Parts: sequence; C-alpha cells; structure tokens
Amino acid sequence: MSTVTVLTQKPAREYKAYQHPLWRRVIVNREAAIIGLLALVIVVATVVVPNFDSPLTLTYLIREIAPILLIALPMTLIIITEEIDLSVASTLGLSSVVTGLGVQAGWPLPVAALLAILVGTVAGAINGALVTFVGLPSLAVTIGTLALFRGVAVGLLGTTAISDFPEFWTDLARANIPGTPVPVIIIPFLVLALVFSVLLHFTPFGRTLYAIGLNKEAAAFSGIDVGMTKFWLFVMSGSVAGFAGVYFTLLYSNARGDNAIGMELQIIAAVLLGGVSIFGGRGAMHGVIAGVFLIGTLASALRLAGVTSDIINIITGILLILSVVSASFLAWMRTKRVAAIGRKKGRSGSSSDTA
Amino acid sequence: MFNLGRKSSRVGMGLAALVAASALALTGCSSSGGSGDSGDAGGDAGGDVSITMLPKNLGNPYFDTSTGGAEAAVAEFGGTFEEVGPTEASPTAQVPYIQTAAQQGASALIVSANDPEALCDALDEARGAGVAIVTFDSDTNPDCRDLFINQATSEGIAQIQVDLITEQIGDEGQIAVLSASANATNQNAWIAMMEEELAANHPNVELVEIAYGDDDDQISFDKTAALLQTYPDLKGIVSPTTVGISAAARYLSTSEYKGQVALTGLGTPNQMREYVEDGTVTAFALWNPADLGYLAAYAAQALATGEITGAEGDTFEAGELGSYTVDADATVLLGDPYVFDADNIADFDF
Repeated sequence: MSTVTVLTQKPAREYKAYQHPLWRRVIVNREAAIIGLLALVIVVATVVVPNFDSPLTLTYLIREIAPILLIALPMTLIIITEEIDLSVASTLGLSSVVTGLGVQAGWPLPVAALLAILVGTVAGAINGALVTFVGLPSLAVTIGTLALFRGVAVGLLGTTAISDFPEFWTDLARANIPGTPVPVIIIPFLVLALVFSVLLHFTPFGRTLYAIGLNKEAAAFSGIDVGMTKFWLFVMSGSVAGFAGVYFTLLYSNARGDNAIGMELQIIAAVLLGGVSIFGGRGAMHGVIAGVFLIGTLASALRLAGVTSDIINIITGILLILSVVSASFLAWMRTKRVAAIGRKKGRSGSSSDTA
Repeated sequence: MFNLGRKSSRVGMGLAALVAASALALTGCSSSGGSGDSGDAGGDAGGDVSITMLPKNLGNPYFDTSTGGAEAAVAEFGGTFEEVGPTEASPTAQVPYIQTAAQQGASALIVSANDPEALCDALDEARGAGVAIVTFDSDTNPDCRDLFINQATSEGIAQIQVDLITEQIGDEGQIAVLSASANATNQNAWIAMMEEELAANHPNVELVEIAYGDDDDQISFDKTAALLQTYPDLKGIVSPTTVGISAAARYLSTSEYKGQVALTGLGTPNQMREYVEDGTVTAFALWNPADLGYLAAYAAQALATGEITGAEGDTFEAGELGSYTVDADATVLLGDPYVFDADNIADFDF
C-alpha cells in the first residue's frame, strides 16, 4: 500500500530533475537559436551590405516571402503530425490559373478569387481523403498530386499567361500599409499566424497534433480521431495555398500554370529550419516564422551583395543541413545527459527501477 | 570536457537570443527612421555608370554570349557591370533581381523578359527609383521599359534567307521550305515575305513546297527525307527554325544529297558546327548575341547618362558597331541578321 503512494509522487519529482528551469527552456532552445541567427544576419547585413538598411528591403522581402509564410503555417501543423504536403506549390499554381480564367471570363475578381480558394480547398480535401480514407502515406499521395495539380494547371492555360487583372486588386497586392514600408499582405498573414499559433499551442486540438506526431497508435488509443484530424489539416493546407495563389497572381499580374514551381521545397526547408522535426511531434510556430524570414533575409542580403543565385542555393542548403545536424546532435546530448542522470539516481539507491 | 562544451554552447545560444531581441528593436528603429532617404537611388550622371544585366536564366550559352558582349562594352566606356539572374527561366524568378537592382540604385538594367507583362510592376518600381530599363532579346510591354534592343526584323530575316539560298543554288531551280508548325505566327510571316521577295527578284527560283516539322527533331528529319524523294530536282531547302535546320542537316550529311542540295535558314552555331565543317551547309543566319549585348550596354549607358531619352530619332554611338538611331516604340534595331559560315563559326559558342 505505501509503495503506491510513493509512486504517485516520485516520478513527478524525478521528471523535474531532467528539466531546466522555465526561463532556460524558453531562452535556450532551437527556436531561440533561429531567431538569434536571424538577428545576426540582419545586423551583419545592415553593417556590411550596402542598401540593405533601406525600407525598400523590408517591402520587397515581405512581398517575396509572403506566399511561403502563409503556406508554412498549415505545413507546420502537418509536419508535426509526421505527415507532409508536397502538393502546395502545385495547388498555388492551379489556384493562380483559376483566378486568371475567372477574370478572363469577365467575373469580378473577388468571385474568381473565392473560386480559386475553393479549388485549393478541394485539392487539399483530395489529399486529405487519400491519406485518411484510403490510408495512403502522405508522401506518396502528395508526390502524385504535385504532378496532377500542376498538370491540370498547365493543361488549362497551356504555356500562355493571363496578365490583365483589375488594377485596383493588383495595386492592393503590392500596396504598403500607409506610412510604413510593410506590405498589406502582412495583415492576412498576421491573422492566420495568430489563428494557427493559438490552434497549435493553446488548444486541445494542438496538443493532439503533437501526440499524433510522437506516437499515433498511442494517440488513437487515447481517443483522438487521427484520421479526421489529418484530413482537416490537408484541407487547411489546400485553402491557404489557394489564397496564396490568388495573392501570387495579383502580385505579379500573371496567372500561369507554372507559377511558384518548386516552392514546396522552399516552404518545407523553412519549416524544418524553424525547428519542426521531420519525424513529427516537435516544433513551434514562432520558430517557423523566423525560419522563413531567415531564408528570405539571407537570400535578399546575398543578392544585394552581388552573390549569384546558385551560391545562394548552396548557402541555404548548407544552413538547412547544419540545422538538422545540430538538432540531432542536441538530441543525442540530451539522451546522454538523461542517461547520466538515470545512472546517478540508480547508484544513489533510489527505487526508480521498480516504477 | 563535454560538460564544458555544452555549457558554453548554451551560453552562446542565450547570447544569440539576447542579440536577437536588441537587433530586432534596432532594425525596427532604423527602418522607420530611414524612410526619408529611399529615393536617392537614381543614376548619378557624370559618375560611374553601373549596369546590371538580367538574362532569362543563367547558365544558358546564348545569354553567356550576350553577357560577354555587354561586359566588353562596359569595359570600353568604363563603368561597373554585374550579371544576375535566376537559374530557371521563369518571370517571377526574375522579379527579385529587378528589385535588387532598384535597391542598389543601379544606373541601368538590361533585361531579357521571360514574360511581356509579369515584370512590368517591378520594372516600373525600378524606373521610379531612377534605373534606366533596357530590354533585349525578348521585349516587355513597351510601357514598361525605356528602350528595346531588337535583334532582327521580319523583313531582315526573310531577306537574308532568300539571299543565302539563291546565292547557294545559283539563282535558279526548285527550293522548299521546312518550317516549324503550320500556325507558327513568326515563321509564317517570314515565309510570306520570302515568297514576295522570290516572286519579285528571283523569277527562276521555284518554291515547290512548304513542309512543317512541328519544331520536332524527328518529324523535321522525316519531312526532309520526304522532300528529297518527292522532288528529285530539288536544289535547296530553307529552314527558318533552329530545330528544323539541324534535323535537315543531320539527314543531308549522311545522304547522297550531301553537297548537292543546299541548306540554309536560322540556326545556332553549336547545332550547326559539324555540318558546316563537313560541307553539308555553307552558310546560315541568326543574329549575333554578343553584338546584341554590346549594343544593349551602350544604349543603357546613353540612357543612364541622359545622352538619350529613348525618344524616336535619338542617336547614340555604340563603340565599334557605330551609330544607332532610336526607331518608333523606343526600339533600336541591331541590324541585318548575322551570317555564320566556315570562316567565323569557330568564334561562337552558343
């Protein structure tokens, strides 16, 4: 009888011994490291690269990374559940074509845009249904729909482009918030970022995502509908990619089937750089946002410094590999430390073995 | 040992986080405070002219040649030169480089557009920042640039092809045309002009058939064989497409007609080199991308220094290419197409 009462308290105390105090966990983690690195890049570029400190840099940077920022939000949730969506850039292209065709058919832009977002949502639902109801791995499904959606997009428009859009909307897509160098696209982004952050970090739904990513069998046993959760994540991903497609189209006044080709890799790279584990169960929204800004700022600074695009790709690639390697290294260190604490406890004669 | 390393790496991370916080605050300040000096990006006339060249994509031998020409021109008139560009030829991938040129306050930007419309907004913003915009090779909508350097006109292309083929067959006999697809607008325009020119000035030359190879290597190859079978007296073939001419040359070079049936048209030196060297082809035409880049750089300099504004009738000097005049729609024509033959083909690599 007495052992039972001991057991209810002891593990909690022992668990605490493995943890650092809260302030250390907040300041010393991967997300903080990425934010620190971003700050370092900004400081160095401001000092070293001519013209980097102009407000124009911020305007162009945000415009360029906005589609990546938007799509990275649902992508973070998907990767945390140990799934992936490789079809997002193709969905963006498809949505771009739909926007163009709608405007060409004489519809008002909001109607064309809504249809484009709807098409994106349906695309996401197709992914979600194949993953959830057919039970296929998302990697295989979205490699397939990556080709499928892109094929439909290019097929609808051929190699031509639609570039005649109402000026009001293209101007809006490129406009800044009055009196600032910050493009207005930041507003829908901030709203979505808030929604997705709250969803991930402050709701039971968010906690189930981590649970699924860590161990989906355990999650299922504890009453989580793993399938439906994933289905809705893919639907969200499709909708956001659809919205990004409308923005992309208006920003460049150009609806093309090959718009944003290859962007899925930039998005996933930024998400992983931001501290989300490709094996699921780990990651935070602020890290991902910092990751997108880090890649974008680095590219912007290097371009301004006259570095060619292939070198920029090489640097971004090395950064990504280093971040993944360092994550594995830190995880290995943690296991070693935990093992060491465990051994120490064992030697001091605690009864933790029996627990 | 490990313990020490771990501790110091964590201290490092903590420091980085601290730097993060302060730096974000700092940049926040500077970006709001610095908004006053955003407009000083204009090309400072009289000073050093800085020219940025943005081809459709990097690693493309054609554009490497035009960049070489531009670089040579900038070296002659003294300025700074930079080539930038994406690895894939997509319009949206070109936009960040246009923006970068605007941020850097480049005097002029020379661009081959991947899309006539998609670059317009970015180019407008760059012009607003004082960057002179010159397009070459592929134009944008004329409203979006200051000058277009046109490599060739339809008239010039039709004329040179008629000149080459009539010269090679002795100005009499049957010829055929091996075109791209039946609805290729530019090819059809050239062929119509060639027919007019043949009718007007070469009465003894008979155009017997216009065949279509669909810009497909194998179809063009087969159509060449069919033409030669159908017309035993055929003396020459004109192929106004780079795919068609190289496929026709490949067929001719291994057939009994090699050296008997003349072949000319529009081709690139790298595709045609072996057929010129083995005697299948005497001469063919295209423009010289090195000259195109060279002229674009001189035009960019003339715009940046205020020597010209791009108005019709403006004239400027382009080094060893001589004097040029701006035509309607702010266009400058490089000149007649360039003829490649055994004497000069070794000088080109594209």
